Amino acid sequence: MNIVVLVKQVPDSGADRNLRTDDNTVDRGSANNVINEMDEYAIEEALKIKEAHGGEVTLLTMGPDQATESIRKALSMGPDKAVHVLDDALAGSCAVTTAKVLSAALGQLNADLVLCGAESTDGRVQVLPHMIAERLGVAALTGARKLTVDGGTLTIERQTEEGYEVITAETPAVVSVWDTINEPRYPSFKGIMAAKKKPVQTLPLADLGVAPAEVGHAGATSAVLEHSKRPPRSSGTKVTDEGAGGTQLVEFLATEKFV
Amino acid sequence: MSEVLVVVEATQEFGVKKVTLEMLTLARGLGTPSAVVLGGPGAAEALSAKLGEYGAAKIYAAESAEIDGYLVAPKATVLAELVTRVQPAAVLLASAQEGKEIAARLAVKLDNGILTDVVGLDADGTATQVVFAGSTIVKSKVTRGLPLVTVRPNSVTPEPAAATPAVEQLTVSVPAADKLARVVNRVAEQKGSRPELTEASVVVSGGRGVGTADNFKLVEELADLLGGAVGASRAAVDSGYYPHQFQVGQTGKTVSPQLYIALGISGAIQHRAGMQTSKTIIAVNKDGEAPIFELADFGVVGDLFKVVPQTAEEIRKRR
Repeated sequence: MNIVVLVKQVPDSGADRNLRTDDNTVDRGSANNVINEMDEYAIEEALKIKEAHGGEVTLLTMGPDQATESIRKALSMGPDKAVHVLDDALAGSCAVTTAKVLSAALGQLNADLVLCGAESTDGRVQVLPHMIAERLGVAALTGARKLTVDGGTLTIERQTEEGYEVITAETPAVVSVWDTINEPRYPSFKGIMAAKKKPVQTLPLADLGVAPAEVGHAGATSAVLEHSKRPPRSSGTKVTDEGAGGTQLVEFLATEKFV
Repeated sequence: MSEVLVVVEATQEFGVKKVTLEMLTLARGLGTPSAVVLGGPGAAEALSAKLGEYGAAKIYAAESAEIDGYLVAPKATVLAELVTRVQPAAVLLASAQEGKEIAARLAVKLDNGILTDVVGLDADGTATQVVFAGSTIVKSKVTRGLPLVTVRPNSVTPEPAAATPAVEQLTVSVPAADKLARVVNRVAEQKGSRPELTEASVVVSGGRGVGTADNFKLVEELADLLGGAVGASRAAVDSGYYPHQFQVGQTGKTVSPQLYIALGISGAIQHRAGMQTSKTIIAVNKDGEAPIFELADFGVVGDLFKVVPQTAEEIRKRR
């Protein structure tokens, strides 16, 4: 099975994150940039499918130069190769235009299965899988906590508020996964060394038949007008339980009219 | 006044979800709300009274087994046809998995911008979003097409505004391209009558400090006494204490209730990302240095196995 995994480099969600003051985009310069955590689960799932059914795993990312670092890290888990859509004109792209670019790249990769994380930790927008499926005219199986592959038939358990749904489709399809689906492997030393030599193809916009004016700030379908830091919460009363902690807690609840 | 489409979120068990009432309230700031029900046969009838109570002047009902039988795509097709026909001032959907997915497809079909996790919406379509774990407030706008936004639950207080909605049945014809992902089965796992996590006005969450799955009964008991939902930190979920759909945090649900009670949760940034826009926060933790206390309006440094039973007992006494 020819599997493509979508990977995004994001600022580390465990640290302070900011938007830039000049163009209101994510500040990647000052941040510690890492692979979007949810994507690691998609990579793991792809590798497991390859191990069970054979095939090839290709990473696809769109991002600035520095995303190369995350591509190498992701390759060290075991994928065969990577494609990096890289073009200065892409800076400031919205979700709609990002989907357009990734769909154009996927059009050249001939994937049976496109795997991705259910959301990124920076935007948490969750719209890319269905946007890409809509553009490519393929099935979207999203929010998977379990994926089974039987020949060309894919079946997922889709996590919902009430429980789960069993959804099935034939390949080609886009499948997005939550972090409950597996436990991603740690790269081995051998994997890290091998990743340095794995092919990473750079694709400029021109090769995708997408005009610069359709993407980036120029082609964006939405705009951030302004942003500000939310005032940090200040801590209130802290008591140490000396036998009446629960009663004191309820007194506070009563003052705030919760009981 | 121009029409604003509100795509209804509802469950069979509880009917119209609160986020729908919030969207109807927000929609009135931009025009006259019309509710859009996308579901199986007969879906709209049970919902129309409530939708009217909160100002839906009209209800568009797209009811078909085919809408329910395939994932998301048929709903987006029906909605795109409706948008093209009525040319609304804006389209609002719930910022939950499916609402975002319908909006995603709609955005591609109409080549229209999209804004998700919106917590406020001005008359001119300017949206307010809270990003980066609740640390940053953003004002943004769709610059191509109409305002297509998904609204985060617990963003505004629903305000009733009685209307008598006329119901218009929509013709549903689902193209083959929308029938690629078939729903084979729907399985309910959540038992009991607790409110849904993202919509609840009170959330009581447990963390690693709760210690075992069995001990989560303590968390559930307090939640039930306060009429709240139960949440869990990632540490608790990873340890197998509580199911993943109740995880609050960066890789789980974002909640913004009136009251959030954190029991045995240290307050790692992962967790704070999902709860720090809550109105009032209470924490119980035996480690007085735990970062959760930096956010807490009221904190108890102590053993939750002593503090929580006493809390429950005291609440019962006051009834």
